[in-house]
Amino acid sequence: MPRIFAYIAHKNGVLDDSAAELAAAAKKIDRGTAVTAIILGAGPALDAACTEAERVYPELWKVSGESFSYPNAELIRQALMKIVPEGSITLIAHDHFGIDLAPGLSIKLNAAFVPDVTSMQPLQADSLQVVRQEFGGQVSAHVRCDVSSGAVITIRPGAFNTGEVPAAAGKVVDKSAEVGMLSAGRRYLETIAAETSDVDITKHAILVSVGRGIQEKDNVAIAEELAESLGAAVSCSRPVVDAKWLQKSRQVGSSGKTVKPKVYLACGISGAFQHLAGIKGNPFIIAINKNPKAPIFQVADVGIVDDVLEFLPELTSKVQELRAVAAK
Amino acid sequence: MEILVCVKRVPDTSENEIELNRAGNDIERDELVYSINEPDNYAVEEALQIAAKTGGKVSVVTVGTEEDEEVLRREMAMGATHGILLADLAFEGSDGRGIASILKACVEKGSYDLILTGVQAEDGAAQVGGMLAAMLDYPFASLVTSIEVLAEKKLKITREIEGGNREVSEIDLPCVLSIQTGINEPRYVGMKGIRAVQSIPIATYSGPDLGLNSAQVGTAAAKVTRLDYFVPVLGKGARFLGGTREENAQEVVELVAAKGGLK
Repeated sequence: MPRIFAYIAHKNGVLDDSAAELAAAAKKIDRGTAVTAIILGAGPALDAACTEAERVYPELWKVSGESFSYPNAELIRQALMKIVPEGSITLIAHDHFGIDLAPGLSIKLNAAFVPDVTSMQPLQADSLQVVRQEFGGQVSAHVRCDVSSGAVITIRPGAFNTGEVPAAAGKVVDKSAEVGMLSAGRRYLETIAAETSDVDITKHAILVSVGRGIQEKDNVAIAEELAESLGAAVSCSRPVVDAKWLQKSRQVGSSGKTVKPKVYLACGISGAFQHLAGIKGNPFIIAINKNPKAPIFQVADVGIVDDVLEFLPELTSKVQELRAVAAK
Repeated sequence: MEILVCVKRVPDTSENEIELNRAGNDIERDELVYSINEPDNYAVEEALQIAAKTGGKVSVVTVGTEEDEEVLRREMAMGATHGILLADLAFEGSDGRGIASILKACVEKGSYDLILTGVQAEDGAAQVGGMLAAMLDYPFASLVTSIEVLAEKKLKITREIEGGNREVSEIDLPCVLSIQTGINEPRYVGMKGIRAVQSIPIATYSGPDLGLNSAQVGTAAAKVTRLDYFVPVLGKGARFLGGTREENAQEVVELVAAKGGLK
């Protein structure tokens, strides 16, 4: 049985949600395993993160150093190369940091790499079978991984239920001396905060959210008209921002805003997980999409298979009719 | 600056509904419309903009078959001067590490200051750039949303992190960067542009040309294997409205009013 490690991300000592999710994922690989957490950082923030992680993990390896006060994947990869034993399975969250760290780590550890895993079967001999998604979530795949020389696996955020993780009383092992001084060809300078704008999509009860299905910039006006009639705001998915049809501040998703509306109208949005990750608070989701197989329909409450360019104007006129009746 | 951009020809998800084939073990590949992987196209545009400022040339490379030449031609029509096709039956069945090994061998045949990839392709793995960097011992950054060339063989880059925040770093050349969509506005390529580059030779290298053996690439070397595709059943799924457009719109208005309240 290979030893299992979980890389624990934290921000100023506050653990990322993935900390418990990785423990849950490790239990799927082997119920009886004692998974070891690895935490890097500096000063009081590292101590705070360790105190939290001790509640979830029976063993904790900490690496302390000023160079880890900000998580630079280029440095952290080098540190992990020094402490993770050959043949281990290392679990990392599949987020902007995991994407930075993990593929290269698998090469350096001479381990197999499986990215963005959404579920796993128990390990059988050296063979681990997992599920991951392709084509923006339109289809899933069973993937087999040979872990005989170890594996680095990134875990889809939110995919593993943390309810099953038993409380642990962790012992902390200080591995700082084994890591020593490191330097990297990439140096962190600063973080630029997200742009703000006049419309705050996080404050609206109803969102008319547009995706690639809106087709061109001029058509955004169709959604604006509907939003105006509903007293709603227009938000969007990533392709709309990439095409510069709407500002970044309107983007819902893991790289955009997290919203908590009561009603979410997903208009021409396929429903990639990065987009869905930004929708919280269990809103009533109404999805309109030409493609009946679009993943958005798996999470929506109500679906309409139609062209948003045709359907939204119809919807706007119905709202106006309703308002006219109400005004009488 | 000499720049190499790694690109891939993929089924275009904006043009296709991805469905399972009759046997249920693969996606239905008949009549799929293929195109350049979208983030790769942004990477090529970024490379061309950098080369325009610093001088130097942009090369595009893909691992595939003759069919994949079309995406090389497309990117050459954008302005890439060299197309490189890495093709060998022995490459089939390669996992991410195998593909990165093939690309590494290609990088070592040339002399590049900067290597770009798209952040991810249709499999959502986001793995090859990071692996390639590790194999070359080059610095790496993923999800890059801006690049500024500094003096002294350095770049200033921003990466996309959570919540729309951006992380700014300095990175030494040579390096590998994976490019996020939206970093620029890729230039338009028409049929005329593609025809204009139709006769430019594309360098083609096989496994032996690259000094690769079956322990490094192909099915035998792959530690990660896709067994099948399937369509997941997630939750109960949406209740589909089956009325006319007008009836559906009426029902949606009533639902929005009931669930969200019209102000």
